[in-house]
Amino acid sequence: MTKKQPIKNPVEKILRMDRIPHIWCSGCGIGTVVTSFAEALRKENADLDNIAVVSGIGCTGRVAGYTKLDSFHTTHGRAVPFATGLKLANPKTKVVVFSGDGDISGIGGNHLIHAARRNMDMMVICVNNFNYAMTGGQVAATTPLDANASTAPFGNFEYPFNLPYLVEAAGGTYVARWTALHLRRVTKSIQEALNRRGFSFIEVITPCVTLYARRNRLGDGLNLLKYYYDKSEIQHNADTKDLNISYQGKLIVGKFVDKEKPTFLDAMNQHLAKKLGDKYQPYGEEKND
Amino acid sequence: MTEIRFSGFGGQGIIRCALIGGKALSIYGGKFATMNQSFGPEARGSACSSQLIVSDERVLYPYITRPEILVSMSQEAYEKYQAELKDDGILITDEDLVDPKIKRENIKHYSIPATRFAEELGNRIIANLVMMGFFTAITKITTPDTMKKALPGLVPDRFIELNKKAFDKGYEYGQKALDEGKS
Amino acid sequence: MKVKKSKADPKGVLTGAHFLDGDYALAEGALAAGCRFFGGYPITPSTETAERFSARIPTVGGVFIQMEDELGSIASLIGASWGGLKAMTVTSGPGFSLMQENIGLACMMETPLVIANVQRGGPSTGLPTLTGQQDMMQARWGSHGDYRIIALSPDSPQECFNLTIEAFNLSETYRVPVFVMTDECVGHMHEKVVIPPAEEIEVVERKWYTGPKDKYLPYKSDKDGIPFMVKTGDGYRFHTTGLTHDERGYPVIDAQCQKVNVQHLIDKIENNEDKIIQFEEDQTDDAEVVVLSYGITSRVAVKAVQKARKAGIKTGTIRLITVWPFPEKKIEKIAKKAKAIVVPEINAGQVFYEVDRCSRNKCSVVHVPHLGGWVHDPDDIFKAIKEAAK
Ligand SMILES: Cc1ncc(C[n+]2csc(CCOP(=O)(O)OP(=O)(O)O)c2C)c(N)n1
Ligand code: SF4
Ligand SMILES: [Mg+2]
Repeated sequence: MTKKQPIKNPVEKILRMDRIPHIWCSGCGIGTVVTSFAEALRKENADLDNIAVVSGIGCTGRVAGYTKLDSFHTTHGRAVPFATGLKLANPKTKVVVFSGDGDISGIGGNHLIHAARRNMDMMVICVNNFNYAMTGGQVAATTPLDANASTAPFGNFEYPFNLPYLVEAAGGTYVARWTALHLRRVTKSIQEALNRRGFSFIEVITPCVTLYARRNRLGDGLNLLKYYYDKSEIQHNADTKDLNISYQGKLIVGKFVDKEKPTFLDAMNQHLAKKLGDKYQPYGEEKND
Repeated sequence: MTEIRFSGFGGQGIIRCALIGGKALSIYGGKFATMNQSFGPEARGSACSSQLIVSDERVLYPYITRPEILVSMSQEAYEKYQAELKDDGILITDEDLVDPKIKRENIKHYSIPATRFAEELGNRIIANLVMMGFFTAITKITTPDTMKKALPGLVPDRFIELNKKAFDKGYEYGQKALDEGKS
Repeated sequence: MKVKKSKADPKGVLTGAHFLDGDYALAEGALAAGCRFFGGYPITPSTETAERFSARIPTVGGVFIQMEDELGSIASLIGASWGGLKAMTVTSGPGFSLMQENIGLACMMETPLVIANVQRGGPSTGLPTLTGQQDMMQARWGSHGDYRIIALSPDSPQECFNLTIEAFNLSETYRVPVFVMTDECVGHMHEKVVIPPAEEIEVVERKWYTGPKDKYLPYKSDKDGIPFMVKTGDGYRFHTTGLTHDERGYPVIDAQCQKVNVQHLIDKIENNEDKIIQFEEDQTDDAEVVVLSYGITSRVAVKAVQKARKAGIKTGTIRLITVWPFPEKKIEKIAKKAKAIVVPEINAGQVFYEVDRCSRNKCSVVHVPHLGGWVHDPDDIFKAIKEAAK
């Protein structure tokens, strides 16, 4: 037996080290978010056998491939409904969707609002890098007005989504936004989401150095990360309708929504038991502790 | 093989008639039965129809082509479907709701005030069961007991007795009609 | 096969004789097969299956969820299957089209699941309430890339029940999506459906891996060519992806891995064709003309065949129960003996081309098209038989 090595980096415990080096560009913020995720799992002493990561497609979508958990790299936009089936079939599993802004709110936007509406018990970590990075930096539903993108070469003129507002309006019961440099805050939000039930949405503003930053001449990764951090202002419980993001403008971050509501399975079990009495076969148990 | 069409307007339980007949004949009557109903735009209007094919062998072609029996519980349905009735076929109508004004020499026509009888029994909703009783007596397609066996599951449990009563009423009326040679 | 065969769970089995339509029979077949997850989206003429399942599952124990669209339905099924449940959805043409991308994902991840397609006339919204058999090639080729699936075609409500159980058993055995390709006519037709006692229904469950945790390779084929499966939460902490992958399930983006991965998806079905393919044949021995059909059309075709025999034409029938994989060898054999194969189907020519290909020009192959909305007039098939026999 080899002597137990002290763990240098909490990430290693949940990473498929046999898949490193990863494909992300140096300076990319996605890795930072993964670190926060790993740190949250460590702090919570989470049962790693009962956590599943589901991703769609994109740079962020690759997260599933690097996490040493039950991990599913699905199709573009469909991580949330995949996670819905996974969760409902196996309610004891804590399901985490880790995907990009395009995946979650563009092609998968319909699934996002419906999972929020149902208060489906899952955590969605949305890495918002303001563009479709994997395919080369195209304009996204989150690209700020005037920002440049490969398919908006003269700047974006479409109004972007305010994701916290969207998710809250749809019925999400936990909504937070941070920048990737808010490592401890992101970690804490993930911890909170791990410990609660219902639809949790954590948006993490993360620089895409290679495409978005370069195209908009915003400097290297660390510069931009720092810039986002400096431009951010923590306003817990802020009204989500005031959280629009303008190009290189102020970023309001914080925890905006945290409330209790029966999850899909709770509601199903409660409702059907009431209607059908003893004939009803209660389904699953959605415990996470 | 016998092809049957039940017709009327929505809400009269026309689909139910074919379901009861099909279930009774195929499960309790030792026959093969295939039931279809009109879907599509046709099913959205006021006319409503269902089809039943009864056979000693497996039914191959799934739709009726020229029915031997046409049951009509509304004027509109009667007018729409009467022409397809086969020569020597049987036309069965609700006496108060259908004026069989199109004369055909080569068919037999029987009628019953099914809806009126149902109202007398307390609920016009069971007119279809009065009609099924009458239909069973006239066509002798199976025994009344076999038909009634099909009711559980197709009518609400608490109305089964009432439905049976309605069926019996129609059946008796049908037998009398046959006895009297009324056609 | 080392798959586990067992008796059906009586909780889902509605033993007895019923008068059911094909749509309801699909739901009953699923419940009898042990399906405990249904994710669906309403579409005529398939909706009754979802309605039936939603009404029945609360007292059986499982989940019904009406998803936001068919993209969601199919994705939820793949998730549910990896969560450990047998999963099903039902749809019709437009919804089937929307599902195609993730049907490919299910193939790539080797996920057992069942999709019933109650076909209606197309293209586009077409004939929502009227029948068609126009999605047969889409079932075979609908998703991008190379892969193999299994498709069955029931000709009656009874077969909707039977073949849905069969579909689950095949999908669990081969870890592949299986399609029950029925149609509006069968879906909406009521007939007697006999549901046997649970102990007479054989159900198959995927091979679960139970070996040491660090030895598990999600995509390493067992001797029978099918990899073992685990479900989420079992502690294997496995990875699966829609990308081309190696035995570990890790993406490898090169031609060599692609060759191994995709060839495996093809081989696991093609190498087992003899076990998978089912058809019924009647009087083909001395037949000059053989009518090949499937689903509702096969019933109508028998009427034409009866007429042809009465007219003295030696006519036989082949009814495909399994449409995909295709009984290639059987067709070739028939083509060597018969003068002609007549293929009626409710489309402008789909399975016909496959028959034509497999006949290797050994006999003539005649298509009897119907563009949907109704079944064939048996006389049209009869005329084709008569013509072909000349
Ligand atoms: C159906 C489909 N359409 C398009 C694509 C191409 N595609 C791959 S990733 C991607 C965008 C990803 O953007 P986002 O979700 O924001 O992730 P990021 O790469 O920015 O992390 C697109 C459009 C695809 N894989 N599938
Ligand atoms: S392209 Fe952008 S988002 Fe993708 S890895 Fe590189 S920096 Fe990160
Ligand atoms: Mg992005």
